[in-house]
Amino acid sequence: MKKEEFGDNESLELLNESGSNILLTTIDDVINWGRKNSLWPLTFATSCCGIEMMAAGAPRHDFARFGMEVYRASPRQADVIVVAGTIVNKMAPVLKRLYDQMSEPKYVVAMGACAISGGPFFLNSYCVVKGVEHVIPVDVYVPGCPPRPEALLYGMLQLQRKIETETIKSRKKRNATHDSK
Amino acid sequence: MEEKVKNITTDEQQEYVINMGPQHPSTHGVLRLVVSLQGEKVISLQPHIGYIHRGIEKMCESITYQQIIHLTDRMDYLSAHINNEAVCLTVEKALEVEIPDRIKVIRTIMSELTRIQSHQLWWASFGMDLGGLTCFFYGLRDREKILDIFEETCGSRMIVSYNCPGGLMYDVHPNFQKRVKEFIKYFRKILPEYDQLLSGNVIFHERSKGIGKLSLEDAISYGITGPCGRASGFSCDVRKHEPYSAYDRIKFKEVLFTEGDTYHRYIARIDEMWESMNIIEQLIDNIPEGPYAVKMKPVIKLPEGEYYQRVETARGELGVFIISDGNKNPYRVKFRSPNFVNLSVLNHIAKGFKIADLVAIGGSLDLVIPDIDR
Repeated sequence: MKKEEFGDNESLELLNESGSNILLTTIDDVINWGRKNSLWPLTFATSCCGIEMMAAGAPRHDFARFGMEVYRASPRQADVIVVAGTIVNKMAPVLKRLYDQMSEPKYVVAMGACAISGGPFFLNSYCVVKGVEHVIPVDVYVPGCPPRPEALLYGMLQLQRKIETETIKSRKKRNATHDSK
Repeated sequence: MEEKVKNITTDEQQEYVINMGPQHPSTHGVLRLVVSLQGEKVISLQPHIGYIHRGIEKMCESITYQQIIHLTDRMDYLSAHINNEAVCLTVEKALEVEIPDRIKVIRTIMSELTRIQSHQLWWASFGMDLGGLTCFFYGLRDREKILDIFEETCGSRMIVSYNCPGGLMYDVHPNFQKRVKEFIKYFRKILPEYDQLLSGNVIFHERSKGIGKLSLEDAISYGITGPCGRASGFSCDVRKHEPYSAYDRIKFKEVLFTEGDTYHRYIARIDEMWESMNIIEQLIDNIPEGPYAVKMKPVIKLPEGEYYQRVETARGELGVFIISDGNKNPYRVKFRSPNFVNLSVLNHIAKGFKIADLVAIGGSLDLVIPDIDR
């Protein structure tokens, strides 16, 4: 997908243009280019969305076109964790530990209604975490129950676009704000 | 110091414990296995469940019968349609509603398509567990073709929510028959390719023949159903013994083996795909005319009592037990899920094998974790 075709969310680029020094931006450009084109996801799937994540890696949708086909089994080698499925109270500490084990820079994609807000299990359920942002900071939300593989692809492309506008400074600030919550 | 060195050298004799999961690529979800090992040999194994317990049974008590099907979808998501059918059949049985033939036939066709796509995904991931990544690409390539048919008719790819108490949500798409026939024609050519790739592979034989043997007595006493039970010779096909929907009017063979090892659990599923295609072919040309749903009351209230219905999902026998006290919400809902029961045998059959075989055995049981925890 071309960059112009996104067109729906210009705030990210505007944020970037609003001033930072020349030396930093040049270094950032190089670093971001590298980071965005080799996003390695962690094989982390709790329920139905995991199957659609597998389908996104399969021949028809083919994640590999964008440099993210290398699913890593170990969090130490992964750049992005796609939270695919419901997180329940028993699983939440495990998810937090997985996230902590990942090395910086790390990103989180909340895939599906369950990971965003609890989804169909929001009401009446006594054990579902109502959104993973209570546990780890989320970069991109992909709605759907489960989202189509195309939706996940779009979400991942949005993440790439977000990485493109990052600076080393803002990354530190982001982590600090979530920790203080 | 010397004693420490001694301990290390005699490690083979010592028992030690490792954790497999909850985040592990070969447990297919968030199952945690605590494995006691001696060297590489599994001495005993204890599954820990509950990492995806969402309280579906409890939630069912506070919603209406039409809403329950949206939760059973998400229980065993690979046989979503069959789960829904089970709930709908229970409700219809309780209300004593006569279901027209058209609904029965369409439900059966959709169930069998669901079974094929579930086995395709199982084949893909089983091959991947044993180190054959090519299987993953072949299996998912063909699975997309069934998902296309689902999408056209039901509006969703995997979690279809196509059944409702009293019939179907809407009629089938005009292209349905054509697309299904095309798929069957295509898949009959493709399925032998699966055999060429994996079933006849020498490495695969070495890793699966004689591994994780389950005897007929054990299969019955543990209550193992589905392809796992039938690979051990336990004739447990609900479609055959207690026909529901349109299964009473078709001819099909119940796949039975006596060996009960990992290889035959594999072959049983491959053969089931052939049988499913036979079933669909018998029905697809003569879908009767008629309404696609019986008119039901907007608020369904079951008469007081207990109702049970069992169906055959892709993994075994699913039972739905509803206790009603006459209100619009059920008093208690209990699911007898096949995966929970099939998991219980893992400790028994994996004992004495290598830890690498544990992955093969676990893969051959075809566990879906949200169905275990519910």
